[in-house]
Amino acid sequence: MAIRERMSGNEAVAFAMKQINPDVVAAFPITPSTEIPQYFSTYVSNGEVDTEFIAVESEHSAMSACIGAQAAGGRAMTATSANGLALMWECLYIAACSRLPIVMAVVNRTMSGPLNIHNDHSDSMGARDSGWIQLYSENNQEAYDNMLMAHRIAEHPSVMLPVMVCQDGFITSHAVENIELVEDDKVKAFVGEYNPVHYLLNRDNPISMGPLDHFTHTFEHKRQQAQAMMNAKNVILEVAREFEKLTGRKYGFFEEYRTEDAETVIVVLNSTAGTVKYVVDQMRKEGKKVGLIKPRVYRPFPVDEIASALSRFKAIAVMDKADSFNAAGGPLFTDVTSAMYAKSVFGPKVINYIYGLGGRDVRTDDIELVFNNLLKIVETGEVGSVYNYLGVRE
Amino acid sequence: MGKVVEIRWHGRGGQGAKTASLLLADVAFYTGKYIQGFPEYGPERMGAPMTAYNRISDERLTIHSNIYEPDYVVVTDDTLLTSVDVTAGLKEDGAIIINTTKSPEEIRPLLKGYKGKVCTVDAKTISIETLGRYFPNTPMLGAVVKVSQVMDEKEFLEHMEESFRHKFAKKPEVIEGNMKALKRAMQEVKEI
Repeated sequence: MAIRERMSGNEAVAFAMKQINPDVVAAFPITPSTEIPQYFSTYVSNGEVDTEFIAVESEHSAMSACIGAQAAGGRAMTATSANGLALMWECLYIAACSRLPIVMAVVNRTMSGPLNIHNDHSDSMGARDSGWIQLYSENNQEAYDNMLMAHRIAEHPSVMLPVMVCQDGFITSHAVENIELVEDDKVKAFVGEYNPVHYLLNRDNPISMGPLDHFTHTFEHKRQQAQAMMNAKNVILEVAREFEKLTGRKYGFFEEYRTEDAETVIVVLNSTAGTVKYVVDQMRKEGKKVGLIKPRVYRPFPVDEIASALSRFKAIAVMDKADSFNAAGGPLFTDVTSAMYAKSVFGPKVINYIYGLGGRDVRTDDIELVFNNLLKIVETGEVGSVYNYLGVRE
Repeated sequence: MGKVVEIRWHGRGGQGAKTASLLLADVAFYTGKYIQGFPEYGPERMGAPMTAYNRISDERLTIHSNIYEPDYVVVTDDTLLTSVDVTAGLKEDGAIIINTTKSPEEIRPLLKGYKGKVCTVDAKTISIETLGRYFPNTPMLGAVVKVSQVMDEKEFLEHMEESFRHKFAKKPEVIEGNMKALKRAMQEVKEI
């Protein structure tokens, strides 16, 4: 029987971490993720977990401590946002290439500058090529569920890669909403024990971690890393199936909302997908054939599946809460369009909107404007501008 | 689809408007509703105008934007009336509820022609007389439930008492005062 509760996105993530009870949490506070280590440190001092909590002096040290703890054979977790994630930069690559299945909560916040504590995806999009698996969450429930699934994905022998679970700073991290929690014992059984094959503190089989690799081995290691990312796809689906048996909540690479007979869809990550669902419901009442595709798994990118799903529609708007500053479109747009091209999906018209940068609120009117533009494209066949900014003053 | 009740809170940093919005979300949750309670974070200075929001519904809520056309607006400090456009987008069949010593008749001219219901409650006096200190959020919570009828009054009071017992487990002497503050605000809120 699920536990009906209400909590914020940050509280939900901290609660998942309590239920997971990792060996080590090393963290440094940064808005809007600060509450996660704050709540967690309370669990530590109340004796509700037996985690070693390391209050480090920077995010670089937080990730370094996680790398050390995970390499030693423990399960390590952390949380961060924006510039904190950026300060972990070199360590992210080391964690991934050392095949250390660390799990990190990323509470998305815009990268400075300009200085701003609010939400967009410029932080985690910057880390998309670091070798971490990236899961995105629409609300507190999905952030919680993704955290519970993260270790199972990360620690799978065919994967052994770190995972970041992203949610929108303030919009979901600080919003109290209804949530269904899983009982402690069921979480414990689902997440299971971490039993690494190779680890530093194994006296029977001593190993080195992070030695000089050079051109004799680096290429092979990168190839294995790429293979692990490919392997992750099946594991993500297997874990989701098992999670569905436990909770009844279904997860895949992406969620499709009212797409059965849709002619136009919006592709968008995280909290805005919820607002799009609301607008879809309203526009459906007027007989408009609109729908939503919400990617959950951004790394690995589900190229085949997303290209195939999108081939059914006439016009698509990919919405990015980060710009690539390539003068052509945001990162999700680039991935979606290249997936379609690689899979010879040439039918649908695809446009891009950069939206909500720095926490600019995304209103239902904004989403309606996007759908109306898509419907006009279907009607006229004219695409017009491909690379657009939504709701900006200019 | 059931009706979603949308509430916007205007307060000043440190006055507890955020806490009040979270308390309202809490109590509505306990009565079986789907809820959202979220503040709009700005520079977070003591005394600076701030906004918080509630959505309360019988159906699951997916929308994640701020509230632009609220059913109800709560103002926890009447000095905000001259500096913040508190009735912006407020539905005419809704209401504005203001913490002030003034009457609704005196307040209406300050509301830029708002034609809906204007409600006032002297949360300061209620708070000082029942709690001995100025915590406007408890009486304002009572007033908003009374005016909006977003939940059954009796059920609301029962759940609040339970929640105060939990919250003030180490200070049970303040429970009675808080309950009095809620009830008095519910009785004393005036409207035109």
